[in-house]
This record gives sequence, structure tokens and C-alpha cells, in this order.
Amino acid sequence: MSTSKARWAAVTGHSLFWPVVALIALLVANTIYRPGFLSVEMKDGHLYGSLIDILRLAAPLILVGLGMTLVIATGGIDLSVGSVCAISGAIACLHISQQPDQNALGGVLVALALGVGLSLVLGVWNGALVSIIGIQPIIATLILMVAGRGLAQLITEGQIITINSEPYKAVGVGYLLTLPLAIFIAAGVALVVAAVTRRTALGMIIESVGGNAEASRLAGIRSGRITFLVYVISAVCAGIAGFMITANVSSADGNAAGLWIELDAILAVVIGGTSLAGGRFSLGGTILGALLIQTLTTTVYAMNISPQTSLLFKAVVVIAVCLIQAPAFRARFARRRPAAPAAPTAADQPKEQVPA
Amino acid sequence: MSGRQPVLTMTAISKSFPGVRALDGVDFRLFPGEVHALMGENGAGKSTLIKVLTGVYGNDAGVISLAGQQVSFSGPMQAAAAGVSTVYQEVNLCANLSVAENIFIGREPRTLGAIRWGEMRRRARDLLVKLDLHIDVTQLLGTYSLAVQQMVAIARAIDIQARVLILDEPTSSLDATEVEQLFRIMRQLRDEGIAIIFVTHFLDQVYGIADRITVLRNGRLVGEYPTAELPQLALVEKMIGKELDVLESLDEHAKRDLAAIEANTPFLQAEELGRKGSVVPFSLTIHAGEVVGLAGLLGSGRTEVARLLFGADRADHGKVAVDGKPTSLRNPIAAIGHDIAFCSENRRTEGLVGELSVRENIILAMQAARGWLRPIPRRRQDELVDKYVKALSIRPADPEIPVRNLSGGNQQKVLLARWLITEPRLLILDEPTRGIDVGAKAEIQKLVVQLSDGGMAVLFISAELEEVLRLSHKIAVMRDRQLVTELANDHTVDADRVMQTIASGTHHEGPEA
Repeated sequence: MSTSKARWAAVTGHSLFWPVVALIALLVANTIYRPGFLSVEMKDGHLYGSLIDILRLAAPLILVGLGMTLVIATGGIDLSVGSVCAISGAIACLHISQQPDQNALGGVLVALALGVGLSLVLGVWNGALVSIIGIQPIIATLILMVAGRGLAQLITEGQIITINSEPYKAVGVGYLLTLPLAIFIAAGVALVVAAVTRRTALGMIIESVGGNAEASRLAGIRSGRITFLVYVISAVCAGIAGFMITANVSSADGNAAGLWIELDAILAVVIGGTSLAGGRFSLGGTILGALLIQTLTTTVYAMNISPQTSLLFKAVVVIAVCLIQAPAFRARFARRRPAAPAAPTAADQPKEQVPA
Repeated sequence: MSGRQPVLTMTAISKSFPGVRALDGVDFRLFPGEVHALMGENGAGKSTLIKVLTGVYGNDAGVISLAGQQVSFSGPMQAAAAGVSTVYQEVNLCANLSVAENIFIGREPRTLGAIRWGEMRRRARDLLVKLDLHIDVTQLLGTYSLAVQQMVAIARAIDIQARVLILDEPTSSLDATEVEQLFRIMRQLRDEGIAIIFVTHFLDQVYGIADRITVLRNGRLVGEYPTAELPQLALVEKMIGKELDVLESLDEHAKRDLAAIEANTPFLQAEELGRKGSVVPFSLTIHAGEVVGLAGLLGSGRTEVARLLFGADRADHGKVAVDGKPTSLRNPIAAIGHDIAFCSENRRTEGLVGELSVRENIILAMQAARGWLRPIPRRRQDELVDKYVKALSIRPADPEIPVRNLSGGNQQKVLLARWLITEPRLLILDEPTRGIDVGAKAEIQKLVVQLSDGGMAVLFISAELEEVLRLSHKIAVMRDRQLVTELANDHTVDADRVMQTIASGTHHEGPEA
């Protein structure tokens, strides 16, 4: 009896328990409202359904969120990701629009390479401002957040570049093995980021720098390089997300592409259990957070909530999830329950482990 | 004492946390006008007892009565209102508020909601003068030394008409003169009839001030003794529950032939090394296998010397040679490259990464030296970590729990383990035994001896002269940010002589500023 109780406590105490509950609750609410919500059907060898749409539409946010997770884990923040999305999408669309045959795969690949390359440069810019010059991350990336929109406009010459390129469109709405290609891209990038951080010591070192920068310096960590690196990774992730966003609509709008995605990404990271103060991060948590936010967006549209109030609705749900996740907030409402069992004797017991 | 009624009695107090019996039927009595030392190792239950008393925790069993009335406080605020005030180890005041604001925060004299600043300042001044502290109460608290901040915390506590004043390790960050100043105030308060509970790890201080001692061990009461009837060694034995011969045997270590060690090639030679505003240029030579003690008051420049030698701060004057070859210790990475390791005195802010696990904290420096692209294989990590968790008896022995959940002594050992696995040739230890219990202290001292016997050079910084004398071959004395002299630790040197040197500052050669 008590072991099952302890197991239950371990489940509810998990940092991702409440986001998962919120996600399930949203799915249930949708199903009640629209019984066909959960159904997935096969048409022309492609899977269709609201769930598939949510996965596909969440892909750009997942990508941006992954990079943002690493930046936030070092104790920083990257406000420029939306602008980077717009710039990389703009340069890719510009290159494709100049091709004689917009459907040629070669031209599209060069366009993608250009976009990634430019994102890399923008990441280096952010990284240099923060780690070499030492500007506070929120200010340093605010520069590119604002200036980047101008840069994107410059690339598109103030116009919306519309393209007609099947290979490029595939990045956003194409299918592979019955599923949207975007899902595979997001999953692939997630696997690469996970491998780079968890198969090497990078993840631990990022957490160390974010957890205690001075202690990390005195342990011989070159924290400047680590900080630099995460901004580059973040920009590249945002650049790839920019392809998806522009491919979805086959056009590059320097003003609208990726607008406010930095806020959704930061939310996804926080919902995923990574502290804005830096330190321990969870890539899986961020992906879950991104899915929750996209489900919410889809719900708002599906329930015909007017666009004017949809942001408010979203805000309410997000606040609820963030609050219920905070142990201090839960403690106010829950009666004090014994925590997980600890070491056997008082002498072995460190003071701090005693619940307050 | 027998004729009087105790102001506070705690009877058969028990408190359990899941899996732990933190207090088991503990009795405690406190009389008005006494300083009562509460002693025990980390985890003995001292803090829990105080937290039960002040209402931070509820007790499972037992009765608390204050001046004959049974009480049960809901929290420290209520306890303070009833006359039980606490001053914590870490000064928990606001450095960015003025002294007066700190004393009256939350209970400012008001008229219709508006604060009467004049009255507040005047009352603060009066209160501090009573404590023999003449400072400007309108200045920010942060501009004063830790000692003054501690006094302000005490002023705040006693202004709430305290009958019982609890001082939880108030001296761990104070130097000798500051401790004396604190003691003077404690005696004054005692003579006014306030009962003081004094929690500390410094045995000398207990004998300097306490009237009676209550010893706890493993959550149980060992006994209550008049200080005069409990010799120091007996106290230590009661605290740790076994005979303590480790410290005795260490005494022989230091008094060995310094000449034999000095004959080795020097590992590190610093020549006129200095930094403006930090430490006056000094020269220091450390040989392999040598323990160099760095003595001096708090703020005398001991830590600054260590930081220059580790490259934590950059020297702007002088030269350094390692193994006889000139080099520059411009940053920690350069120093680590020369096999120099540094355990900072501020374990939490400059040592450990609290939310990372014990394992991750231990391998951090080694991993940093390898670069993130070459992770230490998990099996190798576990081997190394297991070895040092055992060797240093780090408790609890679970390497996967966050290091911030460990007690101070165990955190210190984790920091030591981090550097020991890198096999340094010079280990700089800045106050490695501060704020940790007697058992852990002895283990760390023993380790220093073993390491130096194994050929490691050690720079040992401590405010406790006994410890420096016990371990060091050579003692460098710091005063006012100057290295004033070096003493070979032979039979002619004792604590008095070092104290005199610190006090008088007699030095054979005065390095230029």
C-alpha cells in the first residue's frame, strides 16, 4: 500500500507531471467538443487528422525551443530567434525565386545552405556580443530581434517573396513514410541536439555554467566558449524553423515570419521544467511544452474562440500550468505530505534534506 | 543555578522525518543569564531542536515551556514576539537596505502608515550604542564588515524584547577580534538576564564563553554539563561517541625536519607577486611534499594570495616559476595546466554547483580539462567517484543526489575529491575546515598529512592557528594584505608566537607597496 503511494508521489512529483496532465486535459476537452478530434485516417498514403496537424505545426516551435533550452540553461536568453527565422526564410526564398527552375532540387539545397549559413553568422554575432563583449543576453539578443526584422525586409526588399517550389514546400507540408516531413526534421534535430549534449559532456558543462558560473570558471571550464556555442546552436535551430514557417505558406514575409515565436519558445522551455535562472535542462520537457502550446493554439482555432481573445485564453492556460508546476504554489494547497524516504539514521542525514 | 527557575524547558522532544529520527526524546533546559552551548556533530539534531523551538517544525512529541507557560509556536515570527529570537549562521539581512531599516524591517514605527524615519534612526542608534557599536545607521548594511552585520542582526533580535537569544554559528565568518567583540556583547546581554543558546563548531569559543554545555548525538541527548567540569577532549569524545586519537597523532607530523623538504626542488616560486588593491607583492616558495600554512586575520590577504597563485585573479606585478621555469598563472586554466588545484573558502558560491549531482561535481574539473568533446566514460566516472566517496567517507554515499543536499563537511569533501582526482601537485586549501564538524575536520587534517607525505605540496589557509600549527612545515604570516614573515614550524613556534607576529607585524623585510 505504502509503496504504491510512494510510487504515486514520485509520479506526481515529477517535473513533467502537470504539463502532461494539461496536455491530456486539452486533448480530452477537444474530443468532447469535437468527437472526431482523435481520429487519424489514411488518405493517398498520408495520415491525416488533428493530432498529425498538431505535430506538424509544432515542429518549428520544437526546433526553436531546443536551441532556446540550451541558451536558458546557461542562464541566458535569446530574443532574436523570431528574427532569425524570418531572415533565414527570406534568404532561402529569395535564392529560390531567382532560380530559372524553382523546382530544381539543387537550387533548393543551395537555398537551404544559404539560410543555415546566414543563421550561423547571426548566432556568432549573438554569441560574440554575450560571451566576448559581455553584454547581458537579454540586451544583446534584443539588438538582433529588432535589427533582424529590418535585415529580413532588406533581403525581401520590403516585399513578400512568393515562390512556387515543390521541393521547398515539402519542408513545411511534405510527407515521408505517411507522416509530415516536418516531424522527421524536428525529430532529427532533437536527436542531434540530444546526442551532442548528452553523449558528450556538453550538457553537464552547460548546466554547470548556468548553475554556478564562478565555480565553473574556477573548475577550469572555458565558459565563454560554451556560452558562444549555445547561441550559435540556437540560431541554427531557428534558421531551420524559418524554412518550415516560410515553406508552409510558400512565401517569405519579413515582418510576419516567426513573429513572437521567441515568447512561445521561452514558454515551452519553462513549461518543460528548465529554470530561467539556468542550470539543469530538459530537452524532452521542452518538446512536451511545445506540443502543449501548439495543442492550445489548435484548440483555440477549433473551438471558434475569437482571435481577439485567443491570446488571453492561451495566457490563462499557460499561467495555470506554470503555477501548478511550482512546488511553492502546490504546497499552499496540498496538505504537507511526507517526501520520499531518506537515509536510515539521523547521523547520515544532511540537514538540507529535511523537509521544511 | 539550582535555585533559579529555567526560562525555557524542552521535555522529551521527538521529531521524525521520513526515514529519520531527527530528535529522540531530547530534554533541554535554559536558565536566565547563562550562555548555553549546544554541541554536536552535523546531523546530531542541533538545528532541528532549534527549529522545533522556534516553530519552524512542529514536534511529534514532547512539551516546550517558556517561563512556566506551555508554548507551541507557529513560526519564528510568533516565537520572536514571545521573546525567543534567532540569529542565523548566514546573516539573513538585506545588504541593500540601511542599518536602521534592517533593524526595524517589518515593524517600523509608523504614523498612519507612514514611517517615522527620525524615530527609527534614533532608536537604531541607541540600540547599537548599547552594543558598543558606533556606526552610521543610515549607511547601507552591505558597506559594513560581516562582523558588524552580525551585530546588527543581534541588535535586531534583542530589540524584540528577547528573553531567549539563539545564536546559530554566529562566529563562523568572524576573525579573532570580531569574535571577542561579539563575546563582549554576549556577556553584557547575559548579565542583563537574557538566556543565550550558542551553537558553534569552535571548541575554543565554547570554553571562552559558555557556562553550560548540552551535547547531542544522533538525535539523542548525551548530557548537560557545566563547562568547567567537562574537559575539551571529553567533550569531543561525547560529541563523536568514540575515542579521538587522530588529532593527537597528527601533532608529530609538522614538527619534522623542514630542511629535508626544503632540499627538494621547489615546485612553485612566486617572486614579488602582487595585485593592486588586493595584496602587496609577496615572495613565497613551496616545495613538493611541503605544507605551507597561511596564517592571519580574516581580510589580511590570505585568500587573495591563494587566488593569485591559482590565477583566479590576475597578478599585475612579479613573476612565477613552476618547476624552476618561468610561467604565467593568468587564469585558472593556466594554473590547472600546471597541476595546481584550489578549494575556495566559499564552497557554495565559488566551489560547487549545487544542483549538479555529487558525481558530476567530482568529475567537473577533470572533465573541463579534457574538454567537452571527450567525455569521461561513465564506468570510469563511477570508479573514480566510488573510490573517493569511500576514501573520504562522503555521506550519504549516493553519488546521484544533488550536492546542495549534503552537509557542509560533506560538501567540502566533494570539493576536495574534485581536485584530488586530477592528481594535483599543489593543492591550495582555503579554510577547508570552516563550519564543519569535528569528525570531518579530523579526517581532512589527516588527509592533508597523507597527501603531503605522498609528495603533494599543500598551501593550507585557516583562521584556526592550532590547525595551521599542527599541519604546516612552514607558516607564512599575513597582516594587512602583506606577507610579513615566514616562520619555520619548529619547536620554538607556538600559537602565542604566531599571534604576536600577527598582532605586532614584525617582519624581517618589508616588501614595497
